Formats: sequence, C-alpha cells, structure tokens
Amino acid sequence: MTLLTILFDGVAYGMLLFVLACGLAVTLGLMNFVNLAHGAFAMAGGYICAILVNRSGLPFFAALPIAFVASAAIGALLERSLYRHLYTRSHLDQVLFTIGLVFMSVTAVDYFMGSSQTFIHLPDYLQGQINLFGLGVGRYRLMIIVICGLLTVALQMILSRTRFGSRLRAAVDDPRAASGLGINVPQVFALTFAFGCGLAGLGGALGAEILGLDPYFPLKFMIYFLIVVTVGGSSSITGPFLASLLLGIGDVAGKYYVPKLGAFVIYTMMIVILIWRPNGLFGRSAAR
Amino acid sequence: MLRNFISATVAAVGVLSVGAIAQAQETVKIGLIVPMTGGQASTGQQINNAIKLYMQKNGDTVAGKKIEVILKDDAALPDNTKRIAQELIVNEKVNIIAGFGVTPAALAAAPLATQAKVPEIVMAAGTSIITERSPYIVRTSFTLAQSSTIIGDWAAKNGIKKVATLTSDYAPGNDALAAFKEHFVAGGGEVVEEVKVPLANPDFAPFLQRMKDSKPDAVFVFVPAGQGGNFMKQYAERGLDKSGIKVIGPGDVMDDDLLNNMGDAALGAVTAHLYSAAHPSAMNKDFVASYKKAYNTRPGFMAVGGWDGIHLVYEALKKTGGKADGDSLIAAMKGMKWESPRGPISIDPETRDIVQNIYIRKVEKVDGELYNIEFATFEAVKDPGKTKK
Repeated sequence: MTLLTILFDGVAYGMLLFVLACGLAVTLGLMNFVNLAHGAFAMAGGYICAILVNRSGLPFFAALPIAFVASAAIGALLERSLYRHLYTRSHLDQVLFTIGLVFMSVTAVDYFMGSSQTFIHLPDYLQGQINLFGLGVGRYRLMIIVICGLLTVALQMILSRTRFGSRLRAAVDDPRAASGLGINVPQVFALTFAFGCGLAGLGGALGAEILGLDPYFPLKFMIYFLIVVTVGGSSSITGPFLASLLLGIGDVAGKYYVPKLGAFVIYTMMIVILIWRPNGLFGRSAAR
Repeated sequence: MLRNFISATVAAVGVLSVGAIAQAQETVKIGLIVPMTGGQASTGQQINNAIKLYMQKNGDTVAGKKIEVILKDDAALPDNTKRIAQELIVNEKVNIIAGFGVTPAALAAAPLATQAKVPEIVMAAGTSIITERSPYIVRTSFTLAQSSTIIGDWAAKNGIKKVATLTSDYAPGNDALAAFKEHFVAGGGEVVEEVKVPLANPDFAPFLQRMKDSKPDAVFVFVPAGQGGNFMKQYAERGLDKSGIKVIGPGDVMDDDLLNNMGDAALGAVTAHLYSAAHPSAMNKDFVASYKKAYNTRPGFMAVGGWDGIHLVYEALKKTGGKADGDSLIAAMKGMKWESPRGPISIDPETRDIVQNIYIRKVEKVDGELYNIEFATFEAVKDPGKTKK
C-alpha cells in the first residue's frame, strides 16, 4: 500500500515537473535556444496566481488560466523585445543573457513581493486526503495529475495533428525551406515561445503549494528543469514527459526508502542515463 | 587597490584633523550589519524596524551622547560582513557593531571585535559557540540549544513517548536535533525515526510518508524559517494531523512573521521559544501595538532581538556615564537585567550570552489570526551548549 502511495506522489511530482519544464524542452529542443530564465516565467505565473487569489479573492480555478495567459503575454513581450535578437547568437551569449534575466527577476520580485515564502490560499475541497480503495490520496496531487495529464495529451495532439504543429516541426527542421514554403517562421517561434512561457506560468501556479514560492524559485529549480530536458532528450514532448515521470518517481521513492541518500538519487539517475544514452532517452542521433 | 587605500587614508586623516575629535566624543556610532536583501532579508528588516522604533520612543540621546545608527546590508554573506565591519570600524570609527543575521556572519566579525576592542552585539544568529569567539561579543537573541533542549524535556514529561525527527541537514538543524535528542532520550523518550532532509528540498512528501509510517506520537521539526509553512501544509495534506501525530519543535518554525500565512494547517503545533507576539505582558502589548502601527505587520522574535540589543546599548551607556570604549561598555553589559517584551532577561556575566525564559506555546486562532499561545514557562534558561562544560 505504501508502495502505491509513493508511486502516486511520484507521478504527481513528475507531472508537475513536466508542465514546468516542457516549455524549456520546446525552446531548447525545437528552437535551439538556451533559455535559463524559464523558471522566471514559472515564478511570474505563481505570483500572479497568488495575488489574484489572496488579494482579489478570485477562485483558484479562475486564477489558473489567467496565470497561464499572463505569463504567456510576458513571454511574448520579452520574445519580441529581447529574445529574438539572440536566436542567431552563440549558446554562451544566450546563457549569459538569460542568467542575467534570472537575477533581475529574483531581485525584482524580492523588491515588490518580499523575500518570504508566499502561499496561495486553496479552497477547502482541494486540501487533505481522500480514500481511494484504502489508499490515501492527496486531493491536490490528484488534481495535478488530472490537469497535467490532460495538458500532455492536448500538447501531443497539437504537435502531431494540427496545422500549427506541422508548421512548427517544419520550421524547426529547416527554417530556410520552411520560410521558402510561405511559413512565417519568426511568428511560429514567437507563438511557441509564448506558449511555453504560459505553460511554465501554469506550472508555477500549480506548484506553489508543493514546491513553495519565493523570489529564488527560478534559481532553485533551474537544475531540475535542465535535468528533465537533458534526460528526456529535447526533440519531442514524449521524451521530457517520460523523463519527468521517471525522475519524479525516482526522487520520491529514493527519499522514502533511502532518506540519507535522498538528494543524490535524481542526480545519479541523470548521470547513468546520460552515460547510457548521451542524447537523452528519446534524443535524436547526434547527426543533427 | 592602492588608490582606495590612499583615499581611505586621506579621508581618515581629514576626519581627524577637522576637529572631529570633539565630535566623536559626543556621538556614539553603532554599525548595524544585517541582511536587508536576499533570503534572510526579513531578519534584517525586523531588527532595523525595531531599532528605529526604540529610538523614536526613547529619543536619540543617552547620557549626553547622541546615538547614530549606520545601517549596512551584508546579504548574510560572511565575507561581506567582515569587509563592512572593517570599513565601519576603521573609516567610520563606530563604537559598536551590531546585528548579524546568521552564525557565519557573526563569526566573521569576531576577530575584528577583539582586535579593535569594539563590542559586537549579536541580535539574531543562534549558534552556541558565537560568544566564545571574542570577549567583546554580547548576545541578545537566543541560542538554538535553549529552545531545543526545553522542548525535549517538555515532550518527555507530557506523555510523548515516541518521536520521529525531521530536520534540515545544516549546522543549526543538526544542533537542534542533537540538543533535542539528548534531553528527550534522557527523559525516557524514544526516537523511532530520524530523517535529515536536504536544505534545498522542494517536496516533503516522501519524508512525511516515512514519518507517518513509523507511527510516532509526535514529529520533531526544524527547517529554515521559510520552509515551515510548506512543511505544515504537506503535513496536513498527508493527514498526519488526523492520525494524531503532533508537531513539536523549536519555535523558529512557527515564527510570528510567517505564522499567519501558514493557514489552519499550523493549528495545534507545540513549540518552545523565547518570544510570541501574544506574550501576555503590558510591555509586550504596547510593543506589538506600536510596531504594528509603524510597520503594519507583527513583530517576530528577530525584532525583539534588535529591540533588546539597542536597549542594552542605551542602558550600558547610562551606567558608564557616557563612556563608550569597548571595555567599559562590555563591563557594564555583563550581568545586566531588564524586562523585555519577551519577559525578564539578563546577560550572563560569565559567558555574555542571554539568559531568558523559554515558553512552551501552542498555535491557536485568536480573532481570526494565528498566534503562538504560551501555556508553560521554563524560567531563566541559560545556554545549555555552554553549561555542559
């Protein structure tokens, strides 16, 4: 029974990691842009949700989509004004630029919101555990699994079935040929980038309860996002998804069964997987 | 580097020559070094707030001297602390350095206090060894062992037989754990599960599940202040409260600063600590009311450390008749007793550490807000980290 609880917690944690990190998988893998400031958008979403719920009294479920839209809007704005100038620059430039953004966001949030932890007031029906066939299941974690599961399916559908999805894949595979065929490549990238930021924002809002929310969020979780993307490989959505689940379950189980080594498990898994498959679990070959 | 040195020297000579000697005798300068930015910023803000409030209430002259506080931000980084302390002592000629948000910061300034014979008043940091590092260090905050041993004694005497511990894996966490364990086990209790969680720990779920499965009477918790809320929420989410497992610990986890944001999950947690904003004394009511009026928030134990620190300086100056050299001040501070918003406190003449009451408190809801309500008192507790020797 404990095993099932651990599994459940691990899946919930992994799903959360996935929603937080999949935007990064898109920018890094599909657009080939290193955006270390990804966590800053997650933090923005979290704080927007917290302000709406705590100060304006909006219901939690109404605040979630707003957190998504607002983070996406911030993402779009920054993409148009700052990021697009760096698409063609070297990875080092991109890293330096985005890490600078991270520090700016940390100080800005510290200034406006204070450095202490912020909590989102949850409705009562999301708190506590319910009993499913004798298994204690946290309601909030259950909700995360449902929302993130639906999102994953939707994302996969958009990428593989819609016109936008095929345009995006075309633009990634060969930007020159794609624009020759009349695809507006910068527009596709801008939309994708904004969407990824929105997802991060949603993840930040959902994750505040479990991961905590303070101005250092983007720095604290940068490593986790990067692990998800490197382990999963950055060429599809499925890779990071499975990697998130694997890491979530591994992390939770490791901390439960061997608490002394708890913090190491996730890194050990990353090293082993990367030695075994240097391009990530589902990476394409190095031919690219 | 050389240019800096020259300009510093020129400035110093300038200050000395422009008849500043007379001025230096009339002003007592206090260099306040606290974290005003970064993760520990709330510590610095509370201390600074309390000191400003104290000086508004009591005026800025004492024993014929004008008190001047120079506020510096070290962001809780010890190398910053050391540099700033040196600048303050050498360039600004401060008579006292004060503040120190974390233990490494207090330790970094200790050799400077000794060399320059400048009193160092520790208003926040809580590791036992600090006051042993310089004969010029006086502490007005607390030591972690004070609250952790008391909660251990209390738990053993109050029907708690089996305890699982969850502490953050860093120096204060390990201190708290060791102090608690020693007293709890000596009192006949048993520690059934011991988990040290990584300092940067995103999710308590697996650790809490382990706590739950070991079926203790209570969980002893020490995590850095910011994580207390997360811990309590996940504790309730996992239904540990409903399985009758109590939360006990040193009171840092239930800091007044954060308590209200934790939500009802925190209700019923029993902690031992030096200060609660709900301490029922006329002096504290007055202190809380004026603090709230000035800063629109509740004072926590860090604010009280700052308040008592500046009070100690005022009283010591009164006693020396305005003499502000290090040796006279330290001599005056030793053994000083006074009533603080937290209750009666004194400075141990031997260790220069604080002696204070430790209260056992339970989180309850009063007028829609969460407070730590004190229900038992251990009087005049010395730092057990030192009395052992």
